[in-house]
Amino acid sequence: MKSNRLFEQLESKGLLLGDGAMGTMLQQAGLTDGGAPELWNVTHPDVVRGIYQAYADAGSDIITSNSFGGTSYRLKLHQLQHRVFELNYAAAALAREVAGDTRLVAGSIGPTGELLEPLGPLTQAEARAAFAEQAVGLAAGGADFVLIETMSSLDEVQAAVEGAREGSDLPVVVTMTFDTNFRTMMGVSPAQAVQTLAGWGVQVIGANCGNGPAETERVMWEMAQARPAGVVLMAQSNAGLPHWHEGEISYDGTPPVMAGYTQRMRALGVQVIGACCGSTPEHLAAMRGAMDGPALADYAPDFVTAAPKPATAATDRREARRAARAQAAD
Amino acid sequence: MSDKLFDLLPQNLQEFYITMQDDLYDGLKDEVIAATGEALDAHAQGPAAILQYGLVAGMEIVGEDFRDGILFVPEVLLAAKAMKGAMEVLRPLLTDAKDVERQGTVVIGTVKGDIHDIGKNLVGMMLEGAGFEVINLGINVDADKFIAALREHNADILGMSALLTTTMPYMRTVIQRLAEEGLRERTIVLVGGAPVTEAFAEDIGADRYCDDAAVAVEAAKTLIAIRKERSTPEAGREVRQKRVDK
Ligand code: B12
Ligand SMILES: [Zn+2]
Repeated sequence: MKSNRLFEQLESKGLLLGDGAMGTMLQQAGLTDGGAPELWNVTHPDVVRGIYQAYADAGSDIITSNSFGGTSYRLKLHQLQHRVFELNYAAAALAREVAGDTRLVAGSIGPTGELLEPLGPLTQAEARAAFAEQAVGLAAGGADFVLIETMSSLDEVQAAVEGAREGSDLPVVVTMTFDTNFRTMMGVSPAQAVQTLAGWGVQVIGANCGNGPAETERVMWEMAQARPAGVVLMAQSNAGLPHWHEGEISYDGTPPVMAGYTQRMRALGVQVIGACCGSTPEHLAAMRGAMDGPALADYAPDFVTAAPKPATAATDRREARRAARAQAAD
Repeated sequence: MSDKLFDLLPQNLQEFYITMQDDLYDGLKDEVIAATGEALDAHAQGPAAILQYGLVAGMEIVGEDFRDGILFVPEVLLAAKAMKGAMEVLRPLLTDAKDVERQGTVVIGTVKGDIHDIGKNLVGMMLEGAGFEVINLGINVDADKFIAALREHNADILGMSALLTTTMPYMRTVIQRLAEEGLRERTIVLVGGAPVTEAFAEDIGADRYCDDAAVAVEAAKTLIAIRKERSTPEAGREVRQKRVDK
């Protein structure tokens, strides 16, 4: 097995700074035709390398490969499904060039975009095979670990974790997106995520994207409460939410906001801290400052933990029917 | 459910529909299909009544609880599947039924570059449930495809969905193309998707922004009615009367 550079660096540095958005940066560089970002790894390698370099210069310890949509299912939308190895290899190899020996390369794996059985057509085995195929390319290109991100369904995460292990011998990191009332859109809570994933032997677990730093704080607080021993937490919040104003899209999470978020993540014991959609090297530079600066003197969560909705006549009625059904089934 | 006509139904029928809604809520496709058959045979209900009191009313509750963070996407999808199963039983009957007001034809799709389709499919199904004929073009739909479908089906309404700030602007492109092709006047344009806002919809020249599927159905019905009001006097009276009732 390859030496675990991720854990070596975690041990030596204590805290690791992730990086920021790739999609937002590619759009600024001209990817506006809805094309595949992954294709730019071979058609515009200088642009992709330039974005990696900008994050490295901002102080990122981790460079995330431009391969989020690199499964055959996502590439199929662009008729690129036969180029999985090539595009993922190129994504990781360019990142390796920039990262050198001092920084880490995260091989990004995102959702297939298909729903798994029984909700949709994709079988667990098909999903696993697609993730394995992607992981082979990322590992060959020189990734230090596989970063399975923006996930919402535990079934798909399971396929991705197994696929990544089948296609590579790299450590596997998983972050899910909790953007629906503090759960993933599939209803997974932060506590459920951290406990289930730890049970599968995943050692670095967290949240990415979502609804901005304030919500991410509550998600990570919940995860921290439920964290099994030995699990390292990771958070890569997006830079707030996009706003449409006079023909321009902007995000409300400014660099100072993201610096504050970095401080608060540290206070929660999150060891890998980065950003997601809407962030730029400027945000990451501010976050680097917050990571290297003094820790918060005192931290108190400043969010309210919502009380669960009270049961109604309708919920009681449905509950009674479910109980009756369960009994009839016995 | 606070529907005046529903309240006038006999007690046993009200209970029957509430059970059907509960089964829909729990995504029990077989039970919902069976209840549809039972409503037709044993209760002599018309397809439109079953649709309204059993399916649409049930999906409204599902939609509310999804919005409130009580239900999540899997539950919504299972409920939608159950509704789809029942719709297959009802669809042929609805086409001939006298108790269904034919509303019009809708072409719906997720715009180019965007693959989010859960919300759009829900909207499509709810529109179908409300008596519209729905042509669902799927995801990643470009202007040419929208235009061809509008022509082919002589559609009244175009529904576009976008979930990404990067794909939203493409809605403007489609609307401009409609104008160039001489289709803008006769097409009602509805837009939706999480990042889309009222202001954005106005800015790109859409007719209405819809927050969710229930709003979409309301908007589609209202805009079609307003259009009929313009073309026939009796339809006009109906619309005006409805406004007074509110
Ligand atoms: C599910 C999901 C996915 C799934 C899609 C699966 C599928 N088959 O649809 C997957 C994982 C594939 C995915 C991929 C991506 N996603 Co996504 N996704 C979501 C998520 C979590 C939920 C969307 C959803 O289904 N909601 C449930 C339905 C019921 O709600 P709805 O879509 O809003 O629809 C309702 C209304 O809006 C309205 N409506 C919708 N359409 C229409 C149309 C008409 C005509 C009308 C009248 C009404 C109407 O009625 C619906 C029913 O009430 C959202 C976050 C969120 N909570 O919205 C992110 C989100 C939309 N995704 C996001 C992103 C960034 C992406 C990716 C770009 C990630 C990436 N970096 O590659 C890719 C995009 C790929 C692509 N090219 O499209 C961002 C968008 C940010 C932005 N504003 O630009 C979001 C907001 C997440 C976030 N917090 O950042 N995603
Ligand atoms: Zn993101």
